Amino acid sequence: MDGVHDLGGKQGFGRVDQASDKVFSDRWEASVFAMVNASATAGAWPNVDRFRHAIERIDPEAYLNHGYYGRWLGGLETLLVEAGIVDSLDITDKAIEKGALAEDLIAARPANKPDPMGPAPTSTGSDRELSRLPLFKVGDEVTALNNVVPGHTRLPAYVRGKRGQVVLWHQGWVYPDTNAHGAGEQPQHLYTVKFTGDELWGQQGFSVCIDLFEPYITAS
Amino acid sequence: MSKHIPPKHIPPKQSPQAIRAEALESILIEKGLLSSEAVDEVITRYSERIGPMNGARLVAKAWVDAEFKKLLLDDATSIVEEFDFEGGQVEKLVVVENTDNVHNAVVCTLCSCYPWAVLGLPPKWYKDPAYRSRIVREPRELLSEMGVKLDDHVEINIWDSSAEIRYMVLPMQPGGSEDLNEEQLASLVTRDSMIGVELLGS
Repeated sequence: MDGVHDLGGKQGFGRVDQASDKVFSDRWEASVFAMVNASATAGAWPNVDRFRHAIERIDPEAYLNHGYYGRWLGGLETLLVEAGIVDSLDITDKAIEKGALAEDLIAARPANKPDPMGPAPTSTGSDRELSRLPLFKVGDEVTALNNVVPGHTRLPAYVRGKRGQVVLWHQGWVYPDTNAHGAGEQPQHLYTVKFTGDELWGQQGFSVCIDLFEPYITAS
Repeated sequence: MSKHIPPKHIPPKQSPQAIRAEALESILIEKGLLSSEAVDEVITRYSERIGPMNGARLVAKAWVDAEFKKLLLDDATSIVEEFDFEGGQVEKLVVVENTDNVHNAVVCTLCSCYPWAVLGLPPKWYKDPAYRSRIVREPRELLSEMGVKLDDHVEINIWDSSAEIRYMVLPMQPGGSEDLNEEQLASLVTRDSMIGVELLGS
């Protein structure tokens, strides 16, 4: 999806603030971390792709302003509500008891018709044996497709339609675009593709290497 | 003349997301889905036991042992398995080497993927929009702002971790450190140098 999470190349964000550097600035952040782990155990989400997509689906203003653990909280609440484990109104009631305001922005955006959970993962890792041969090899010139995927994808907008070169091949991996939506692992060959700054932005002196699944690219 | 009344200390208001997190936490504890010790466990684990010292050990060893360096650049995943670091799983790790002619840096533009197993949890700035948006578009300017000044002839290579491959930079050994032993060298290696936003010894 073309959500605000797809930040590569976006402008206007200013300087990188390296000042604050604690692992958890506040206890609530560690709490979100612990709750995400606990929710996986409780069956709220079957794989990391679904979790990532839940974060992509949160309120865009919250995405940019609530911080990293605020985004996790939004994704977490989305998944817990979609799994029928908690009710957003119960959380709001409790939050108001603790000093929240009724108009506070809630990051979570549970879907009315959530995706099915899909099949259980076939192993703990994401790499998968693939018997079919890769379409590309190191050195091949490829072009990233121009598709806009309505759901989860790991093809960012900034490389769409751009030409690059395959520099690494990583064999087979679970395909996020299907796995996030309960449509199965459907493993794909994965490649690292190198795009020059000139190709991406008309700038010299650098390149960007990015990992792209086979369905994202075509021979140039 | 009015009496001076010192201002009452008003504690900073928690953000809405902080309050909502605490609300959700109490609900999950009530439902028996979260233990109250779980949060302390997370704090201890990630503050004390998992961190960039793992990556630093790999870097120091690569500096002193050319054979090890070759293995690290060729198949870092197997090396990490041998070391058996505690931490998030890294399914496949690729180590990229900084040289006089090439400078590498790592990002995840789409979210915050990061080599947890060797570097611990990522710093806040790595996960936030400014770094994620700018490093793939104006790396030289951004790196310079962050303290990495590179000569014009140095090519910059940015690695966007868009899948499950995780990247770590092997920084250049700082000048004047040739006589240090491996342990001493490891203490020189910073997390930021292994992300690619710091030059050691500068």
